[in-house]
Amino acid sequence: MGKQTPLYPLHQAMGARLVDFAGWDMPIHYGSQIEEHHCVRRAAGMFDVSHMTVVDLEGEQTRAFLRYLLANDVDKLQQPGKALYSCMLDEQGNVLDDLIVYFLEPQRFRLVVNSATREKDLAWIVSQAGPFDVRVTERPELAMIAVQGPQARDQVLGLVDATQRAAAAELKFFFAAECGDWLIARTGYTGEDGFEIVLPGDAAVKLWTQLGEAGVQPCGLGCRDTLRLEAGMNLYGADMDESVSPLVSGLSWTLAFKPEDRDFIGRAALEAQRAAGLQQKLVGLVLEGKGVLRNHQKVVVEGIGEGEITSGSFSPTLGRAIALARVPIDTGSRCQVDMRGKLLPAQVVKPPFVRNGKAQIELN
Amino acid sequence: MSEAPDDLKYTKSHEWVRLNDDGSVTMGITDHAQGLLGDLVYVEVPEPGRELEAEEACAVVESVKAASDVYAPLAGTVVEANEELADAPETVNSDAYGAGWLMKLQLADPDALDDLMDASDYLEYVDSE
Repeated sequence: MGKQTPLYPLHQAMGARLVDFAGWDMPIHYGSQIEEHHCVRRAAGMFDVSHMTVVDLEGEQTRAFLRYLLANDVDKLQQPGKALYSCMLDEQGNVLDDLIVYFLEPQRFRLVVNSATREKDLAWIVSQAGPFDVRVTERPELAMIAVQGPQARDQVLGLVDATQRAAAAELKFFFAAECGDWLIARTGYTGEDGFEIVLPGDAAVKLWTQLGEAGVQPCGLGCRDTLRLEAGMNLYGADMDESVSPLVSGLSWTLAFKPEDRDFIGRAALEAQRAAGLQQKLVGLVLEGKGVLRNHQKVVVEGIGEGEITSGSFSPTLGRAIALARVPIDTGSRCQVDMRGKLLPAQVVKPPFVRNGKAQIELN
Repeated sequence: MSEAPDDLKYTKSHEWVRLNDDGSVTMGITDHAQGLLGDLVYVEVPEPGRELEAEEACAVVESVKAASDVYAPLAGTVVEANEELADAPETVNSDAYGAGWLMKLQLADPDALDDLMDASDYLEYVDSE
């Protein structure tokens, strides 16, 4: 038996199929992954993401430390509540993890990192924090619920107390509000509007129950993956990991090379890679015929070279197989994918595939 | 708890087989198998006329999360494949033992059916897996 979130008994009662995920017993679906996917695109769905690791950083040099630790620049966060997506790199410029950092108070920030990389991340953060005046505190007692979809915000606002509602209703995209021991963030991993809410376990049980009674669909990690893939969002461990550079993982937009004088871990290595010239890039693929694209399938670009699918699945919104793939830098608009020995044609596109319920690409 | 109708035969690789009045057999994947796979989004069935060895991979069922081979329960010739599944693979989830059938076979040796498991043996096998 794995670790269980405070919502585990509710998942069982709601008929979830539970699987092991990074040592946690987590719902993969509650009946139909595809129906859950459509619910998030068309109405609202809720996800238990309490397995994710919440880390609070506090101290006089917290901002300076994060500007050194992270490849994106925390100085972009000037207004309390603002959030930022960033990679955490090693000295070689490889990706240790991706995370969201929330600016809470001038000397206090919160990180939400992946659960599968928890121990590595905590050890790395603590080891790098040495010279800085900063305290690193994991918050394992906090649960986390993501409510996503076009109706998600209204559903949440209808259930929280007046103070929380006032704060949450005002939030702009990628901002968060602290209300007591809750953090309500207008962030997500689905390509839809909504909230991610970090809160104590007992409050999470109450909120999950109320959301369920209000008709919000419980959703498993299965559709979380197809939703994020449609939204063109990378998955750590699949689309990037410790063996690759963010420059060939579609993450250049998260690397802040300006200002020039900000020294961050991995900067020198990334600058050397850029100077040497990049050989690969991460693109989106849409399979033209029937079938399903899968991780690690070989991509063949005629006359240019080969690549590999990093995340492949079926897009319920488009009704087609889609993927993220690392391919030669000169790859054009078409390629072939080796599926069980057959080379099948695929279209090369720029992700995202779907945002806010709508297709973002022209299907051939 | 998975269902397994009493009038069918079963394989360890989770196919079911029904003996038809004309001596052919219809086959598909079991309710247990579709439950493990989750929502199916693609089904590839063989061409009629193809001759199959017992336990030969002869069809592919793909769900959102995984692709799985389907094996010929016994040696025989494909006489018909369920073409409806190309546009409605989810039928296998909703009606695994009915409209979600995969193919009909003319068995090389009809007596070989007796070698397959009956429903209670199959359910016991699923429990023990």
